[in-house]
Amino acid sequence: MEVGVKMGMKGGGDEVGGKEKEKMGYEETELRLGLPGDGEVVRKRDFSHTVDLKLNLISTSPTDDKDKNIVPSHLDPAKPPPAKAQVVGWPPVRSFRKNMLATQKSSGSEDSGEKAAFVKVSMDGAPYLRKVDLRMYKTYQQLSDALAKMFSSFTIGNCGSQGLLKDFMNESKLMDLLNGSDYVPTYEDKDGDWMLVGDVPWEMFIESCKRLRIMKGTEAIGLAPRAMEKCKNRS
Amino acid sequence: MPKRLAYSLPDEVLEHVFSFIQSDKDRNVVSAVCKSWYEIERWCRRKIFVGNCYAVSPKMVIRRFPQVESIELKGKPHFADFNLVPDGWGGYVLPWITEMAGAYPWLEEIRLKRMVVMDESLELIAKSFKDFKVLVLASCEGFSTDGLAAIAASCKNLRELDLRESEVDDSSVHWLSHFPETYTSMVSLNISCLGSDEVSFSALERLVSRCPNLRSLKLNRAVPLDKTANILRLAPQLVEFGTCTYSAELRSDVFSNLAGAFSNCKELRSLCGFWDVVPDYFPAIYSVCSRLTSLNLSYATIQSPDLIKLVSHCPSLQRLLVLDYIEDSGLEALASNCKDLQELRVFPSDPFDAEPNASLTEQGLVAVSLGCPKLQAVLYFCRRMSNAALVTIAQNSPNLTRFRLCIIEPNTADYLTGEPFDVGFGAIVVHCKDLIRLSLSGLLTDCVFEYIGKYAKKLEMLSVAFAGDSDLGLHHVLSGCESLRKLEIRDCPFGDKALLTNAAKLETMRSLWMSSCSVSFGACKLLSQKMPRLNVEVIDERGPPDSRPENCTVDKLYMYRSVAGPRFDMPPFVWTKDEDLALRLSP
Repeated sequence: MEVGVKMGMKGGGDEVGGKEKEKMGYEETELRLGLPGDGEVVRKRDFSHTVDLKLNLISTSPTDDKDKNIVPSHLDPAKPPPAKAQVVGWPPVRSFRKNMLATQKSSGSEDSGEKAAFVKVSMDGAPYLRKVDLRMYKTYQQLSDALAKMFSSFTIGNCGSQGLLKDFMNESKLMDLLNGSDYVPTYEDKDGDWMLVGDVPWEMFIESCKRLRIMKGTEAIGLAPRAMEKCKNRS
Repeated sequence: MPKRLAYSLPDEVLEHVFSFIQSDKDRNVVSAVCKSWYEIERWCRRKIFVGNCYAVSPKMVIRRFPQVESIELKGKPHFADFNLVPDGWGGYVLPWITEMAGAYPWLEEIRLKRMVVMDESLELIAKSFKDFKVLVLASCEGFSTDGLAAIAASCKNLRELDLRESEVDDSSVHWLSHFPETYTSMVSLNISCLGSDEVSFSALERLVSRCPNLRSLKLNRAVPLDKTANILRLAPQLVEFGTCTYSAELRSDVFSNLAGAFSNCKELRSLCGFWDVVPDYFPAIYSVCSRLTSLNLSYATIQSPDLIKLVSHCPSLQRLLVLDYIEDSGLEALASNCKDLQELRVFPSDPFDAEPNASLTEQGLVAVSLGCPKLQAVLYFCRRMSNAALVTIAQNSPNLTRFRLCIIEPNTADYLTGEPFDVGFGAIVVHCKDLIRLSLSGLLTDCVFEYIGKYAKKLEMLSVAFAGDSDLGLHHVLSGCESLRKLEIRDCPFGDKALLTNAAKLETMRSLWMSSCSVSFGACKLLSQKMPRLNVEVIDERGPPDSRPENCTVDKLYMYRSVAGPRFDMPPFVWTKDEDLALRLSP
């Protein structure tokens, strides 16, 4: 099969080649994970760096030269090894199989650390559902960032300055939130009750959350009494 | 002289000759011989395979092939299995069912893979095709037991219902009871993916007892052990059986009942399921083991000694799926007992743990390649590999057609030499001349792609992750692999140059997937413009790609050839060149 159309090398080549240089700089604008103290460097091979928070984005450096000058973080004595986080879709084990094995393990063994906790996420106004594995995240903030990213095309401008998740510790802040048009994440717990996300410690949350729903603040107002109660109990 | 002979044969004779030609490839070649053969062939083609549901439109298929009885469609790209394709991407079957409902009233078979199937589609199937016989939904989603109930109630001649690895929503309908009492045609039933609420055991028993032609039955997990024996006694003619949950401790009455039931099954050749199995029950199946050709223990969390004992009773085994609990010692036992082995798949029991929890290394696979001369297909997850082992495997198993190796930790080097695995995989493509599918892993430079481009001339599908140094790697593959149909790449430093240089190649392939690579949006736009029969989809959840500079890389790229033009069922996070869509993207 002959390669008829030569796209790149001559006419178009310069266009592409010229962009090479610029590409090296684009990383600055590229969304990156940058663990604290990481500096500007993105190491293409050091995948364990590049995963944690984002659902589907792993940034890689397109050129070789950078690689040779980098000390991988696990060899660099100045940096502690990053916490091992899961790369999305790697190793390539099908979800069906992962879920099966996870359910088996949890029924038998002490260690349920790897049990996948997939829950459906719906957002008011979005035409389709998404699914997230809650065990991919360690804090509410990580979950919030991921959700914001997932539904970004709908929430642009509607998230407020602090992202989806607000501080529920403060009664008056809570009332502001529920009166506004910002989006509020809520979840259905094991008992079938709908609660505001953020009211219980993270570990307890992932155990009891069955599904997530991102709704407008004004609609979540019905959940206010329970949330208020919790605020009161804490203070 | 030959030309006149061809024209002197009446159409009916040609049609009869064509009826012996079953493969799609051959049929396509036949239809290209001349116009009259094209016409004859299209009227007598009964089976259609569409590898990418967006490559052609249902109307086009119907226009060309007016009398189709069987259709197979595939939707999402393969990497959707690993959650790389966001929900809502597409792959809806409803438009196909809608068109076919009108055009093919005598459609008998529908096989779907990785498609979104809603209850509405199932209901439409149930009411549109009077002689419907086969429904296979592999890795599909979007439907509930309501849809299944519609199929059960209306399809009087249904022979096969296979829901393998699909996601079914429970609507609390006892769908199995919707098979009327007069229904007796079931030959193959696979409900292994269903949860406990979705299957009424008594309805299942009644169904099995009135279907004398039942040959394959794969139950779901929730069927208790003592019930398994009952089912087997009702269907001793089974050839393929998927077992269910085993109870926690050995009970001798249950055991002997089970052993008795199995011993009646003289035709049994294939077993799977074995969820939560307790090894003490294995002797109950020893009576059938000597005849077993296929064994799927990949959900059985049992340890090597018990696996070895079981496997040593199965000398006729051709296909084994198992977890890494089998360990090297178990694979050595397999190699010495099962000389007919053709396919081996070893899955990781603990894929996310950095430390191995089972003593499974490259040695196990080497042993199997040494001991099993008929080995053709391998899927192997391990944590350690060496080039020496790969070379040995390549030399011992030149008949390999499918070789998929997953070294769990990305960028792992040869544990003996610290080298990349270029030489090892190079040996695979050099020795295994009939290789059609290859998955790479471990530390790899551009060199391995040079070998692949040079030697893997029959390779049809290549999966690459965390490999390569530069565009040259991708260029070697695209310019060298003549038979390449599907290429899927993730986390590799491949960018615009290789793609643009080999743009024409892309139209000779079914599809190309690239995620977390270095392809710029500008290149995607260029390809879209220059290649009208290529659908270039940029999947990017960060928002519209044209809101960023053109030299920004795209998150995910899925390109496939199509004669149907751009699709119109895309979610907001998928961009293609259609100008109007740019307007749809703004919130």
